[in-house]
Amino acid sequence: MIRSELIQKIADENPHLYQRDVERIVNTIFDEITDAMARGERVELRGFGAFSVKKRDARVGRNPRTGESVSVEEKHVPFFKTGKLLRDRLNGRG
Amino acid sequence: MAEKTLTRTDLSEAVFREVGLSRNESKQLVETVLDHMSDALVNGEQVKISSFGTFSVRDKSARIGRNPKTGEEVPINPRRVLTFRPSHLMKDRVADGNKS
Repeated sequence: MIRSELIQKIADENPHLYQRDVERIVNTIFDEITDAMARGERVELRGFGAFSVKKRDARVGRNPRTGESVSVEEKHVPFFKTGKLLRDRLNGRG
Repeated sequence: MAEKTLTRTDLSEAVFREVGLSRNESKQLVETVLDHMSDALVNGEQVKISSFGTFSVRDKSARIGRNPKTGEEVPINPRRVLTFRPSHLMKDRVADGNKS
């Protein structure tokens, strides 16, 4: 399923909404999650999962082609942990 | 870091501000979005949200695990797990936003 299919499903179920508004609703949800993580915040959606930011320490990496050492700066990466309910549903429970 | 936590309430509040539906309907729509994504994943589908990321379901085979405290061997049943791969855009935004 891709973004446009998700929007279409919701538009079909909500004929009183303009397609354009459904697009805005779906986009707002994903933008809000990304914005929160860009501020270093967590987004916890019980039953679905939680988005958080993890810190990766600075390290000395290597250029795999030349074997040359390069210093890699500390950085922050997005992380998602599946919620219990969804994890159970994926495995046919609940 | 990561002191503040957003929940469904914050997402529905954002939808409420953005679209001007009632708070109640905004809340229901947030739930609907999550439900559709969950249902697709439970059906084994991949959920690909451009410029956000991709959720995919992977099958893990059975293996012998160990209770780290007692050293006791315990069988781990085959199971399905969900992985999220953030888009480049999200990775860049999170990296840039959290630069110290």
